[in-house]
Amino acid sequence: MKRNPPGVRGVPTISRDEVAHLARLARLAVTEQELDKFAGQLDIILQSVAQVTEVAAEDVPPTSHAVPLTNVFRDDVVRPGLTQQQALSGAPAAEDGRFRVPRILGEEQ
Amino acid sequence: MTAAAELMDYDEVIERFDPVLGLEVHVELSTSTKMFCGCPVVFGAEPNTQVCPTCLGLPGALPVVNAKGIEAAIRIGLALNCEIAEWCRFARKNYFYPDMPKNFQTSQYDEPIAFNGWLDVELEDGTVVRVDIERAHMEEDTGKSLHVGGSTGRIHGAEHSLLDYNRAGVPLIEIVTKPITGTGARAPEVARAYVTALRDLLRALEVSDVRMDQGSVRCDANVSLMAKDATEFGTRTETKNVNSLRSVERAVRFEMTRQAAVLAEGGTIRLETRHFDESTGSTSSGRPKETSEDYRYFPEPDLVPIAPSREWVEELRKTLPEMPAARRKRIQVEWNLTDLELRDLLNVGAVDVIAATVDAGASPAEARAWWVSHLAQEANTRGVELADLPITPAQVADVIKLVAAGTLTNKLARSVVEGVLAGEGEPVEVVEKRGLKVVSDDSALIVAVDEALAGQPDVLEKIRSGKVAAAGAIVGAVMKATKGQADAKRVRELILERANA
Repeated sequence: MKRNPPGVRGVPTISRDEVAHLARLARLAVTEQELDKFAGQLDIILQSVAQVTEVAAEDVPPTSHAVPLTNVFRDDVVRPGLTQQQALSGAPAAEDGRFRVPRILGEEQ
Repeated sequence: MTAAAELMDYDEVIERFDPVLGLEVHVELSTSTKMFCGCPVVFGAEPNTQVCPTCLGLPGALPVVNAKGIEAAIRIGLALNCEIAEWCRFARKNYFYPDMPKNFQTSQYDEPIAFNGWLDVELEDGTVVRVDIERAHMEEDTGKSLHVGGSTGRIHGAEHSLLDYNRAGVPLIEIVTKPITGTGARAPEVARAYVTALRDLLRALEVSDVRMDQGSVRCDANVSLMAKDATEFGTRTETKNVNSLRSVERAVRFEMTRQAAVLAEGGTIRLETRHFDESTGSTSSGRPKETSEDYRYFPEPDLVPIAPSREWVEELRKTLPEMPAARRKRIQVEWNLTDLELRDLLNVGAVDVIAATVDAGASPAEARAWWVSHLAQEANTRGVELADLPITPAQVADVIKLVAAGTLTNKLARSVVEGVLAGEGEPVEVVEKRGLKVVSDDSALIVAVDEALAGQPDVLEKIRSGKVAAAGAIVGAVMKATKGQADAKRVRELILERANA
């Protein structure tokens, strides 16, 4: 989760190709025009975030959670869930008690 | 399907290359509920009946960590000689695939709960190989896909797929080795021995049912080759979901011979996943590996960090059972076994049942004799594991005690065991129902002995003239008359007494 060091002001920190790649990973259909637009916007966001790291000293740990809590656990006890009918009620298609999805083109993860 | 892969002769592979292995083993924990919600995790339930808004990824649902899952993860880490993180987080691994309805898997990224460990693995000939453990991290299992249409039931050629999310969210621990080098020709054997040792360890920890056939232990085998003069590892392939110990060995061996042939032809190995085909023992090309950046891991915002106190870790360390390797050594000494005898017991899966029989009060020698000679045959005939026979170690111990007490002869004991296996109840009940007690009442035996002697006066004469061996014929007659329920030794004593009276 390390990010590249922020670029020198004025030099973009994210390329158009990187935006296109991210869009592909997020399955977003982004037009050529949008690529230019988003690259510029994302660049501003990244530079703004980079400003924060300039302020944060070595002794400030990266913060992922705003609440200072750890070890929130649940006992290993079964709780009622949904019935098959309830589970499938929101599905666009179902078959044999299962969610039906279109042909999968990729491979199993 | 492309033409069958070119393979290099195994000896030549070893002459020209050094194999490097990396094994990733996924273990399904045997908790009562899923990792992040209270849905049950029973295997084989009707599809989509063990689901809730959290594991279906419905909007607004929030995960909560299963304490038992964390406990199991730490115990596994400790058993693998790992360091336990003082502070770590879950992370989202983002990918689009219908087996995860959330479109991400909750996993751990650069902060695994356990890291830097090792496991000593013993090969068939007693050689010990130390396998270094990179990490053991917590994550959740995915749903099961059923591919419809196409000829093979596989993803290729399928028209659509059906998803069952009962398994989505089941707690998994992924255990990753550091690169295993220097094993040469024995690499496939080491891979198998490692998974075996790991499985035994997990069984001893009682954290998983370790049923490879049901997918509770699954192995991904990374294999690469280095030319003898190379200084860097070659490109690896990752053969996914190898689901039996034998397959682990075969998959590694196959990849070694396949990659060697490609490299020898001047080709390159593609960084990719591969499928293992149990029926042919070969692997076939899957998808190119995504880089970990492509998964866009980030700290899971819905789950707070895990910070196991050192006190808790030490408490959990105290719950570790005797490690399987140490236990084997102890048993070998206590049962007075040669290496070969011990290996045979391990191979037929008899050690645990014999140990339980000994714990129930039988002697190791008797317990071994029953399980290995008689019951192993029975298990073989029925095509089941010894432990799955419908007779418990305690029942076997009871039979052994009945023999020791003189209530049963060995022959009658076999009949009692037969009765227990047939579901006729506890050994004592079978003895009663089948009327199998030894006739220990001397007066009844004396009547039978006298009758037999009277029936064969010539034999009686021989015995009287000192030809004691002739008594055998009378013993046979008495045993026949008592339907085998007499103690042959006592019968013999009585014959000599009565003949010379």
